[in-house]
Amino acid sequence: MSARNRELFALIPASLLVTAGFAAVFIQRENLMSDLSLTYGAIFLALCVATHLVLRMTLPDADPYLFPLVAVLACFGLVMLYRLDEELARNQARWFVVGLVFFTATIVALRHDHRVLERYRYVIALGGMLLLLLPRLGTPTNGAYLSFDLGPIAFQPAEVAKIAIVIFLASYLRDTRQVLVLGARRIAGITFPPLKHLGPLLAVWGTAMALLFVIQDLGSALMFFGGFLALIYVATNRISFVVIGLALFALGARVLYALRPTIESRVEAWLHPFDPELYEREVGGSYQIAQSLFSQADGGFFGQGFGQAIIQLGDNPPILPAAHTDFIYAVITDELGLLGAVAVLLVYLLIVERGFKTAILAQDSFSKLLATGLTAVLALQVFVIVGGVTKLIPLTGVTLPFISYGGSSIVANFILLALLLLVSDRARREALT
Amino acid sequence: MNAPILKLFVLVLVLFAALAAMTSYNSVINAEEYRDNALNKRPQIEQALVKRGVIRARDGSLLARSVKGDDEIYRRRYPPLATRFAHAVGYDYALTIGRAGLERSRNDALAGEDDEITSLIEDLSGDRQVGDDVHTNLDPRAQQIALDALGDRRGAVVAIEPASGRVRVMASTPGYDPSALRDPDVFRRLNAQRNSPLFNRVTQAGYAPGSTMKIVTAAAALDSGRYSPDSTVSGRSPIIVSGVPLKNFSNQQFGAIPLTTALTKSVNTVWAQVAQTLGRERMADYMERFGFGSDLPLDYPDAQIFPSGVYDLKRSELIPVGSRRVDIGRVGIGQERLRVTPLQMAVVAATVANGGVRMKSRLTRRIVDQDGRTVERIEPARAERVLSRKTAEQLTQMMSDVVAEGTGTAAALEGIEVAGKTGTAELNIERRINQPWFVGFAPRSNPKVAIAVTLENVVGGQGGTVAAPIAKRVMQELLR
Repeated sequence: MSARNRELFALIPASLLVTAGFAAVFIQRENLMSDLSLTYGAIFLALCVATHLVLRMTLPDADPYLFPLVAVLACFGLVMLYRLDEELARNQARWFVVGLVFFTATIVALRHDHRVLERYRYVIALGGMLLLLLPRLGTPTNGAYLSFDLGPIAFQPAEVAKIAIVIFLASYLRDTRQVLVLGARRIAGITFPPLKHLGPLLAVWGTAMALLFVIQDLGSALMFFGGFLALIYVATNRISFVVIGLALFALGARVLYALRPTIESRVEAWLHPFDPELYEREVGGSYQIAQSLFSQADGGFFGQGFGQAIIQLGDNPPILPAAHTDFIYAVITDELGLLGAVAVLLVYLLIVERGFKTAILAQDSFSKLLATGLTAVLALQVFVIVGGVTKLIPLTGVTLPFISYGGSSIVANFILLALLLLVSDRARREALT
Repeated sequence: MNAPILKLFVLVLVLFAALAAMTSYNSVINAEEYRDNALNKRPQIEQALVKRGVIRARDGSLLARSVKGDDEIYRRRYPPLATRFAHAVGYDYALTIGRAGLERSRNDALAGEDDEITSLIEDLSGDRQVGDDVHTNLDPRAQQIALDALGDRRGAVVAIEPASGRVRVMASTPGYDPSALRDPDVFRRLNAQRNSPLFNRVTQAGYAPGSTMKIVTAAAALDSGRYSPDSTVSGRSPIIVSGVPLKNFSNQQFGAIPLTTALTKSVNTVWAQVAQTLGRERMADYMERFGFGSDLPLDYPDAQIFPSGVYDLKRSELIPVGSRRVDIGRVGIGQERLRVTPLQMAVVAATVANGGVRMKSRLTRRIVDQDGRTVERIEPARAERVLSRKTAEQLTQMMSDVVAEGTGTAAALEGIEVAGKTGTAELNIERRINQPWFVGFAPRSNPKVAIAVTLENVVGGQGGTVAAPIAKRVMQELLR
């Protein structure tokens, strides 16, 4: 069976899932099944088929599982949002359309050779960094400058910037990976990269630190820097570089920890979520993380079922804040239980597996590094937010890709998917011939 | 570059395994602990989404009901009558200050969580879960008489049906309006108030019992076979007990008098000698049988029941009565560091009235579902046989004499024979501050009500003059 036919068949479970999901929410809500759930399913299926046709025409050999896996997450997110607030789900559905437009545009623009991106690497890097500084113009949420308002839309530039940084690094490291390794010197048992090629890398480190300092966004900084280290490691196969990088990051974070109250209070809330003083604190306290844990505790093994989680009562302030963005994983655990939550993690893991597989298949260094970087950044994003929500690490606000509510997140992640498919298409075709 | 990519994938696997492990910990392994966390109001919110059952008095009048707010949450409403039963019924403001009284002890029934199978069927059939109603034994008229009689003094009245253990009156003053506690600030203020209006003096207050304790000593004396009502003991005063002189009231002198007379005249030196002769072990045994030393059986929160007994007052810890640190002679006349609840003394009277069998005390009569079906009838249940029938009869005779011709005449009812015992614990002899008591039951031959009445810090008042008249009025209503 051809790759595209496999993709078409793999989309069927996603469509069934979205139909079943909406049906469940409807039954929960009205005690009867409305044919509206079938309509939603049909519209979603139509969108998927349309995208599939674009892929069939432009990237016939691309990985057949990536898109269906993302579709499963997207429809799952849509059902969760519908359950939280119909209005949100409608907006999100519109954003999916926008995301698919960007997806298609990316593929059409780069379908001959995605490596043209290398030519614009400095422009892309600069653009990414400027984007990151934009939110500084806006007002902080929870002490962090995460977004700025573009008319009616809140735009989170970190989502797009992460792709720009990965493109830049993949391109830059393709050029310098040899010299980084060959010019390296061993000092006191540790291998140090040659100084003159270190500049741009230090610039990335500086950006991550600046991210922390200027927009006070530990989550994005972790994501960027993690992606950076992953690429350095894959490009040079030197663990020592990673160690040096981690040490530098820790140093920077330690200084910021002392300077910035936001980060300190996050760590405090992480260590002592049930401290009454922290719990009661209006801003930067532990209320959110404590409620996230209580919500997960309600879920148990099988969950309480769609629509059963306690999130908000009437017009009172929400009991679980940011249920549609940062804490959507807590809601999933609450309503679908450990089983549902682990299933979601497994879908991400499968996407990551396909992403790394694409990197391994790719023939040229840039494509390899690009696929690795994009996949690593996606995996890290999931780790940062799910780790925060489950109290594995201090909580920092990033979206759960393809599931959380948020336009810029959807658009950025669909562009990320498009790039992965572009790499995959070329790699698999070259592997076949 | 493929080897490091694979290693990277392994790292991602490890990180995701950690996420799955944390999710398991939160949702399954440690879920119970999170559910029980004091900051977690979710279990209470879940219950507040269900219509809670009502609480009713014995005559069917409403004591508590639930009203749904705009936010889907049911909130408790207390009609004015509930103020009369504030301590017994308690309150349910689970989302702010918590629960107390029957609202707490009968929460499972009221919240509809008593039966797993029923709720499963309700879940499947789509019926909304509803709580059951609690019908109590509480008597609004007698309760009002008790409250009126106590007035603005601090004190407690509790009345029990001896044969069934049904609690008909549970009055504690000062009281409070349960509706007012909707405002948590009111709760905090009342909670800090020196006269402790939230405190149920019937079950939570440990008072010096004074001479009412002589009922227990007499019961032990007769039931052990060491004494009969006619056994004579010298009533001279003072005598040395545990190395300290003990006097009778006004240092009155008696010769060798029978125990019946010693109870009627409440002669301290006689009962101290009896308790000493019986010894710590035997006294401890009978006290335990009457329910001393542990929470009395009552459908009421454990946290609101104070066990009666001898206390290390500094550490607020029970001392075993058999312990050598205990002056058993003085325990026998209600002195020492003995602390008893009014409920305990009512149970002592009820046990004697019920032919020596102690019954479990019950506020609830039955639990009724929304269709009016009785889900659970709270049948009378025996706690333990404390005394032989013969002992109980002898003691009843002795206690009848107390009311007929002794210190308790103020409790006497026209045409109905009352048995009882007064007590006056002297808290501060110089300032004449006393804790007056009356403990008894009626009618003598076929007891329908057992009662305990006590008041805090009464200047100059005696059990016979202050407490007995209150008991009389409440018994009169209950026997009407």
